[in-house]
This record gives sequence, C-alpha cells and structure tokens, in this order.
Amino acid sequence: MSDLIRLSAAELGERLAAREVTSVEATRAHLDRIAAVDGAVHAFLHVDAERALDTAAEIDRRRHIGEELGPLAGVPIAIKDVLVTKGMPTTSGSRILEGWVPPYDATPVRKVRDAGMVPLGKTNMDEFAMGSSTEHSAYGATHNPWDLDRIPGGSGGGSAASVAAFEAPLALGSDTGGSIRQPAHVTGTVGVKPTYGGVSRYGSIALASSLDQIGPVSRTVLDSALLHDVIAGFDPHDATSIPDPWPSMAEAVRRADVSGLRIGVVKELDSDGFQAGVRQRFHEALELLEQHGAEIVEVSAPNFEYSIAAYYLILPAEASSNLAKFDSVRFGLRVTPEGGGTVEQVMSATREAGFGPEVKRRIILGTYALSAGYYDAYYGSAQKVRTLVQRDFDAAFAKVDVLATPTAPTTAFKLGEKLDDPLAMYLNDVATIPANLAGVPGISVPAGLAPEDGLPVGIQFLAPAREDARLYNVGGALEALLLDRWGGPILAQAPDLSTHELMATEEGVV
Amino acid sequence: MSEISAEQVAHLANLARIALTDEEIDHLTAELGQIMQAVEKVSEVATPDVPPTSHPIPLHTPLRVDEVGDVLTVDEALEGAPEHDGSRFVVSAILGEEQ
Repeated sequence: MSDLIRLSAAELGERLAAREVTSVEATRAHLDRIAAVDGAVHAFLHVDAERALDTAAEIDRRRHIGEELGPLAGVPIAIKDVLVTKGMPTTSGSRILEGWVPPYDATPVRKVRDAGMVPLGKTNMDEFAMGSSTEHSAYGATHNPWDLDRIPGGSGGGSAASVAAFEAPLALGSDTGGSIRQPAHVTGTVGVKPTYGGVSRYGSIALASSLDQIGPVSRTVLDSALLHDVIAGFDPHDATSIPDPWPSMAEAVRRADVSGLRIGVVKELDSDGFQAGVRQRFHEALELLEQHGAEIVEVSAPNFEYSIAAYYLILPAEASSNLAKFDSVRFGLRVTPEGGGTVEQVMSATREAGFGPEVKRRIILGTYALSAGYYDAYYGSAQKVRTLVQRDFDAAFAKVDVLATPTAPTTAFKLGEKLDDPLAMYLNDVATIPANLAGVPGISVPAGLAPEDGLPVGIQFLAPAREDARLYNVGGALEALLLDRWGGPILAQAPDLSTHELMATEEGVV
Repeated sequence: MSEISAEQVAHLANLARIALTDEEIDHLTAELGQIMQAVEKVSEVATPDVPPTSHPIPLHTPLRVDEVGDVLTVDEALEGAPEHDGSRFVVSAILGEEQ
C-alpha cells in the first residue's frame, strides 16, 4: 500500500484512469498514512475519513460506468483551513472559529470537487495566516517531516508538511507574503503563488485582500501545474478575478525547455544575509540551467529592501479591517463578560478570548497605521513603496524572462527559536514578499539540501503578471535536471516517519 | 513618530474592540514601538512624486446584472450564529445603562 502514497498525483491519476487501482484504495492508503504519522507531524486540524471514502467510492463508480473524468479524478487532496468547506469545520487556525461549519464551499474547493478529487481534511496554519512557522496556530504547531523539532514554514506549514510526509499528494495553500513558497522551501516540496487574480479567493478567509492568492502545493512541478489548471480561471464571485483565459500549466511543464531563456538574478537577494548552503544550492541550480541553454543575467531591484517595511504596514492595515467581521454576531465564538454587557463589550471580550497574540499584534498595528494623522505617513507611504517595487519588476522584466532568488534566507529553524522576536520572524519573507506587493506569480522548487545542516533549500522563480506558465516551464526543466543529478526525488532522502515513530515508541517502552 | 504610549495602545484596542489585559498592553506597547521603528523605513523612498498603488493588477470594477443569484437560505445564514431567533441574529443590549 505504501507505494500508493509515494506516487505523484499525475502518476496516481494515470493508474486510476488505467483502472490499476481504485480511488478508495488510494484514499485509504493516505488515510492510513495520516493515522500512522500525523500524531508526530500534526499537519491536519481535521480529517474526514468517512466522507473521503464515500467521495472516492463515488468516483470509482462513475469511472466504472465509463464516465469521462479529468486527470486528477480520484486523487486525494488536503485543504488549507483558510478555505471554507461546506460540511467540514473551518477555523483558519483560530480559536474564534472553533467548531464553525461553513454553509458553502470556497470556489477553489468547489473546483477541486468538480474535478473529482477527494478532500481528505483541513491543514494546519498560523492563525488567520499570520506567521512563517505555524507556531501561531491556536491548535499547536506543525512539525517539519525532515526534522520534527523544526518549523514546517508558514503560514501554510500544514499543507506543505502533509505532502512532504506523504499524507497527501496535493494540497491547497494561500500566499499573502510567502505562505505557499516559504513552506515549500523548508520542506523540500513545490509551491506556487499564481498571478494575483488568477485563482478565485471567494471563500478564502481574507487576511490582506490586496495581497492574498490561492495556489497549489505538491511534491512535483507537474502536480502543481495539474492542480493549477483545475483551480484557475474567472469567478464572478471574486471582483479581483482576472477574466482572461489561461494557457495549460501542465503543458508548460511538459515543454520544459530553457534554451534561450533569460534568467535574472536579483542582486539584492543574493547577499550575505542568506545562509551559505542556501546560496550554494541556488547558484548550483543556476549553473545547471546555464549549461542547458539559459542565459543568467544580474539585475538590480533597489526598492526590494523596502518591501518588508511596506508589507508590515499594508498587511496589518488590511487585516485589521478584514478581521472586524469576527464580532460574535454571525459565526464563531461569543464570550459574554461576567454579569452581561453591551454588544460592544461582548465583542471586545470575544475578540480578547478568541484571538492569539500575533493576531492581536497585527490588528493593533493596522489600526494604528490607519489612524487619522498617521494614514499618509504609514499606509500611504507603504502604497508608494508598492509602486516602486512594481517599477523594479517592470525594469527587470524588460531585460529578462524570469527572475530567480533563493526562496528564503535560511533552512528550517527550530520550533520556538523566533517566536518571541516578531521582527526576526518577519525577515523570513524577505524574498517572497515583493511578488505579493506587485501581484506577480512565483514558484519555489527544491534545489537540494544545505551541506551544513542537511535540510531542504528551495529556489524561487518569478515571472511577469499573467505569465505563470513561464514558472512551470523553468521549474519543470530544473526539476528534471536535478532529478537526473540526484538519481531520484529529494524527498527520498527525508526520514521515514513511520520508523521514527516506531523507534520513539520502543524507546519509551524501554 | 514611533513613540507609542500605553494609553495609545489602550485606545487602539478599544477602537479594534479587543479587551486587552494590562499585561498585554504593556507587552504590545514595547513591541509596537520596535515594529513601527522598523517599518518607518518606507518614508525614506516614499517621496511626493511617487504615486501610490492600492492594487497590484489594474482592474475595473465589474457590475453584474441585478438579479438574485444562488444565495444562502436564512437557515444556512443563521446556522453558525452564536444566538438567533429563527429569522434574525440575536445580540445583547446595544446601549449600556449610562448611555
């Protein structure tokens, strides 16, 4: 059975189509894996085994009667808890939504269901997607499958860990400042933030509306592309949804040709501020692409260094407004102060009890940045930086087809290491934030293991808005070249968690 | 500009409707000061000649036809509420005794 969980989504889809395996068998194999390892990894906040098996059985039935099904029909998928799911609890990692069962499906969830995929459950995340480590989840941190004492990245650490630990071949994530790409980097997996507006956010619990984007999480570039093709496209329910049609991302992966491709290395993000092993694997990947016909060009993006500062004004400002909806009236927690109180007092008591420290920090920060008298100096200035970052991208993309950077400054750090230092935590997103500010798409692909600590390192590619296919082309090409060099996927080198658990249990007995 | 007082944080908490404890206010006052100092960096390049960008992809706001679509039923809209009377959300008093 363990063979089934090691397959890519594309391979599993082919086996299902060839009727060599049923969706019920594939789903059961993943549920068994979750039962075996998720006690240690904690990637999931909720697993719906019964409904998953029912859905799988229905797909098997439809296949049996000869219905035409898509390439991912019958393939299991994990869903980040930021997306609302009809009939399945949705918390966004927060106590304030504990036990809430939404009355509708987010558009990406509906599309995944329409494609015949099998939702296994909801994955852990930093509360309302605020964080880079999942340590801000109200339900406890997720552990990195490569080293259970380390962070799986954030905010989508649960989605990344679930695919890295072979609990699901695919997952959905959300990326506001790197929440898909940074977890991919630290877990040796693939993650894509599509162009802003490329995937509907209807039913995605909003963090910062001008930055949020939903995207795929997987172990291979092709799998992300196949999922991207399922979830992308115009949605009248999302006013920021781009109406134009999209080319097939899966075709772009299969093309995988970098000859003549101009790749720009962002000078400002190739500095001493990055861990030596992260930079080493980054440059080795670029050399490999160069050997196969790509042209490597140094480019400058002088305003990127202001990105984090702008982001930590824009995000809290928008979040403080978005999170006003958690008011104890329509859904979620209600806490009434002793002896009762006005609706305002109930609201304040509810939000005090229901929000964690990072959420409170950002709401207060955002309320401050939007205050009369400070608006121009803070939020207004941050929006100007946004223009400057966009201009940097425009200038760079006039010279090159894609940009490349290390995805994050370091490999996975220890759980707890940066929890008491918000500014240090924020620096994790230095390379990923510019894409969100400009709305351009980005991918993180495994580039190897850092020699000094043996932990995964990702390389990030960025493309102009609407040119997501370029990322899949270059990502797919690099992945194929690296697989040749390594003799197999990077995750084959990850610890076998079931053995780890078994040993821990045995040691406990002794 | 980054000097933030505990009174200010308490005022912000009131605006944001979060009943922070005194301990939380003290903690946040120190942290916000540090964070604001870091983010003030934006003013170095945000000169008057730079136009602001609110939204990364320029889009015009589309208007749909004004017809009732596939929307939640009253029961569905109420099912997650902490308290309701079958057709409306129920909340406690809007005004306190002194208001």
